Amino acid sequence: MRKYLSVLLAASVSLSAGSVTAGNTQDVAELKEYFMKKFPGVEMEALKDGAYALDESLYMQFENIEEFPPWEDFAAKGEEIYNTPFANGKTFASCFGDDVTKIRAKYPHWDSATKKVVTLEGDINKCLTDNGEKPLKGKRGSLAHVSAYIALQARGQKINVVVPDEPEAIAAYEAGKKFFYAKRGQLNLSCADCHVYQAGMNVRSELLSPTVGHVSHFPVWRRKWELADKKNNDGFGTIQRRYDGCNKQVRAKPFKNQGEEYRNLEFFHTSLSNGLEWNGPAYRK
Amino acid sequence: MTKPVQRIARFISALVVSSAVLSSAAMAADDAIAQGKKIAEDRKKGNCLGCHAMGDGVMPGNIGPPLIAMKARYPDKAKLRAQIWDATAANPHTPMPPFGKHGALSDKEIDLITEYVYSL
Repeated sequence: MRKYLSVLLAASVSLSAGSVTAGNTQDVAELKEYFMKKFPGVEMEALKDGAYALDESLYMQFENIEEFPPWEDFAAKGEEIYNTPFANGKTFASCFGDDVTKIRAKYPHWDSATKKVVTLEGDINKCLTDNGEKPLKGKRGSLAHVSAYIALQARGQKINVVVPDEPEAIAAYEAGKKFFYAKRGQLNLSCADCHVYQAGMNVRSELLSPTVGHVSHFPVWRRKWELADKKNNDGFGTIQRRYDGCNKQVRAKPFKNQGEEYRNLEFFHTSLSNGLEWNGPAYRK
Repeated sequence: MTKPVQRIARFISALVVSSAVLSSAAMAADDAIAQGKKIAEDRKKGNCLGCHAMGDGVMPGNIGPPLIAMKARYPDKAKLRAQIWDATAANPHTPMPPFGKHGALSDKEIDLITEYVYSL
């Protein structure tokens, strides 16, 4: 019987002793250097394909699947939702602007007015509720479909999360970083344990992906989620859906959807892929 | 029966009894190893194959060292048990879960796993 335990040990292990500077360039640079040393022969840009970038035969299978992606129809549903006007006559473009290709690359970002991290899925729902519509609940289904459509429009653009030189922004970034490096759950594992220190190694037969290149392809279409959804075979999930899964896997209690912990984590985590291309949505096992 | 025959008879029955005790002890030891193997391989219990090559387990992970020559590496069985109970004592940064300290496995389960792993 699994027991979910809240964070047991918050001792954070940090790769760098340096503090955050505006632009948080030091953390990213160090991790990129670390992974390039760990994976000689792998191009930095290729890391947007995650574990598949590390193994030729896995990459070939992945390429084959992406030729006729299983997620296409669901991304099309997202496009339909995006283009359907609200009851009050406005549309998502009223919130996000007319150029749908410009949306993905703006998120997540620090909002200096409300003093919090704002995510894409958060703002999709904010647009709905601001216009008297019901929000799209959860971390899958229609919310993920809309996010997938927006991601598809932005493919090729560079990830560029900026940490402004404001104390609260830096604190949010540091909180996300601390979360990432803190051991949690009954199994006592941190994000970093698998995705920094053991990246490229195998858990049973699963290859662990490096954290640089992690967020680029979200929302993700997971084969595992596709198979688990007996009703719709919908494999889509947002990044925070994956955070839930990771927490449960180490027998830790998941955190609140779009709560402060996950938003700060997403802020830090996405910045670790700065300079790589947005390439969502994508298939993963 | 004559006295010497009595003594021989008693000696033989003592031998039979003690060998029965001995072989049941040997069987109990084998049984513990077999039970320990099951718990170690159980994905929801030890799940040792997640990170370690271990015995005849298929597709093991490679995060931890292979579990071989264990008596040479851990001559003191109690130290092996302690490592399984709480690997963070030796290395606070280890990715190995503290199975005993965090209550993922019971004391009895850890005893049995120790028997199995020690035999590798």
